[in-house]
Amino acid sequence: MSKKSTTLFDKVWDAHVVREIEDGPDILFIDRHFIHEVTSPVAFLGLKNRGLKVMFPEKTFATADHNTPTINQHLPVQDPLSAKQLEALENNTAKYGISHWGLGNPRNGIVHVIGPENGITLPGMTIVCGDSHTSTHGAFGAIAFGIGTSEVEMVLSSQCIMQPKPKKMRINVNGKLGWGITPKDVALYIISKLTTAGATGYFVEYAGEVFRDMSMEGRMTVCNMSIEMGARGGMVAPDETTFSYIKGREKAPTGQAWDDALAYWKTLKSDEDAVFDMEYHFDAADIEPMITYGTNPGMGIGISQSIPTAEEAGGGKASFEKALNYMGFNESEPMLGKKVDYVFIGSCTNGRIEDFRAFASVVKGRKKADHITAWIVPGSHVVEKQIREEGIYDILTEAGFQLRQPGCSACLAMNDDKIPAGKYAVSTSNRNFEGRQGPGSRTLLASPLVAAAAAVTGVVTDPRELLAQQELVEA
Amino acid sequence: MAYDKFTLLKSTAVPLPIENVDTDQIIPARFLKATERKGFGDNLFRDWRYDGDGNPKADFVLNDPTYSGKILVAGKNFGSGSSREHAAWAIYDYGFRCVVSSFFADIFKNNSLNVGILPVQVSPEFLDKLFQAIIANPGTELEVSLPDQLIRIVDTNESESFEINSYKKHNLMNGFDDIDYLQAMKEDIFAFAEKSRY
Repeated sequence: MSKKSTTLFDKVWDAHVVREIEDGPDILFIDRHFIHEVTSPVAFLGLKNRGLKVMFPEKTFATADHNTPTINQHLPVQDPLSAKQLEALENNTAKYGISHWGLGNPRNGIVHVIGPENGITLPGMTIVCGDSHTSTHGAFGAIAFGIGTSEVEMVLSSQCIMQPKPKKMRINVNGKLGWGITPKDVALYIISKLTTAGATGYFVEYAGEVFRDMSMEGRMTVCNMSIEMGARGGMVAPDETTFSYIKGREKAPTGQAWDDALAYWKTLKSDEDAVFDMEYHFDAADIEPMITYGTNPGMGIGISQSIPTAEEAGGGKASFEKALNYMGFNESEPMLGKKVDYVFIGSCTNGRIEDFRAFASVVKGRKKADHITAWIVPGSHVVEKQIREEGIYDILTEAGFQLRQPGCSACLAMNDDKIPAGKYAVSTSNRNFEGRQGPGSRTLLASPLVAAAAAVTGVVTDPRELLAQQELVEA
Repeated sequence: MAYDKFTLLKSTAVPLPIENVDTDQIIPARFLKATERKGFGDNLFRDWRYDGDGNPKADFVLNDPTYSGKILVAGKNFGSGSSREHAAWAIYDYGFRCVVSSFFADIFKNNSLNVGILPVQVSPEFLDKLFQAIIANPGTELEVSLPDQLIRIVDTNESESFEINSYKKHNLMNGFDDIDYLQAMKEDIFAFAEKSRY
């Protein structure tokens, strides 16, 4: 029998199946498990109640990020409930011998930023975390997906998880991205085409020139947003960009182990004739800076376009009207020029160094608009250090911005970083659901460039206009 | 955590004909700060159910005494977004045992099954029929039979079958969970780990 052609996803999945249950899920071995303070306490409680141990504590890594403050991290956490969750994580990790980079640790940061940053995330791995944006790690050619707390308990106690094998989708974007078009725009564009349920039941592979040309930071942004179209995860085949990113990072293999790993990683790609259950093709030339106008990430348009009508948008009219009503927008209105109150740059979607470089490229030599409140939140202490070392900190300060400390922050507003009711925030995070950034908050998802343009002009602005002026000044 | 076994459920239902109900609506992030699993039902659909001062919003279905029951019937793509299992806990804790929709988000579906809620996926046509029947007569009873994998409108006897894999069906009917199963195969897992690359 000739060897069956397989996809990248099949190769990694099949290498981790401990057992297949007939008419049931596969039992999948998990190489890396990330935990944080919000979705782990009840799982540890479950272990305790059942009298179970953590099977492989060295395969689990903990960080505090979801509810942590982004100022004065050296002081005790004020919110008693958040403090209790942080204490529970501290105690649980100590009790079971799990590595914990808590608040104040120089390697602390958002779970999906620090995993790759420290070489914990590697190609060909299975990676889970009680957080839907675990899909981020797929940028390395890993199978990475978010799980619930019962599943966190499963992985702690057995290093395995039960999952029906998803179907496979490939999304190809070919051509060259235009000037001022970022990975976030690519992600928002794809989701606007597929809708928030368009990839439910699938695992996505991103392929084509655009992703090959993309940095690891960019691939992470795209894979991060996979869940926003319903996919369990997304992945990009590892290549030289991947290998050079990983090499030399703290927990990356070295010496002979590196050579062995590299030889294996180079086999991690879909066969030429591999078949996908669904395939999409997009042209990079069709993508412009994107912005959302509604209450799910699929409700996005090119920044120069007008809000569609319910008929143009498709889907249920009542749900569409509910969304526009919440946002205080009307059908057929342009997005450009809409007043903005808050700007948030950060999160596991756009909280990496490249994102702050992009933000700085627009605000350099300009001033923050007076009425704008801006929250500039690095994804980790390592990113914060880079911001300072590269001179981005000085650019931000001169423009009237303050740098905060790392954490999930206003992406889900579990800490004090809440957008007030009725206010508009241009946010580089991943979800514009009702109340996501605080009760009554109104979120416009966009790239770091669009966020920067809004921060200095105070309204929704095409960043390419500002970048063009910048080039004239610098020329 | 133990949950009630699920076999046959006969109940009136609560209609929520909204699409893309995400888990941030089911339970907002600011209510995820517990270290124990209790009391989540109080904050189910918090910001649709209560205003900023904590007063019930009269126009939200959970505040409408006309509707009650152990079955929630919701628009398509229910449970999208965050992986928070707290969403399923809140639904269970409020008293629902079954959610019916024409489409579910993956993680929510898994989480529901893990906590003892049966997600029943029906055709868009049958979902419309359910909404119409419930809204026309809030006393309309639905019968959900897990052994027969069938959902039925009791009055009219209209029914539709639904899918569930036999492993999960067996678990729900017996109150078993995946952790019991995995604990019973630890030797296999240790053997697998020996050969593991990472």
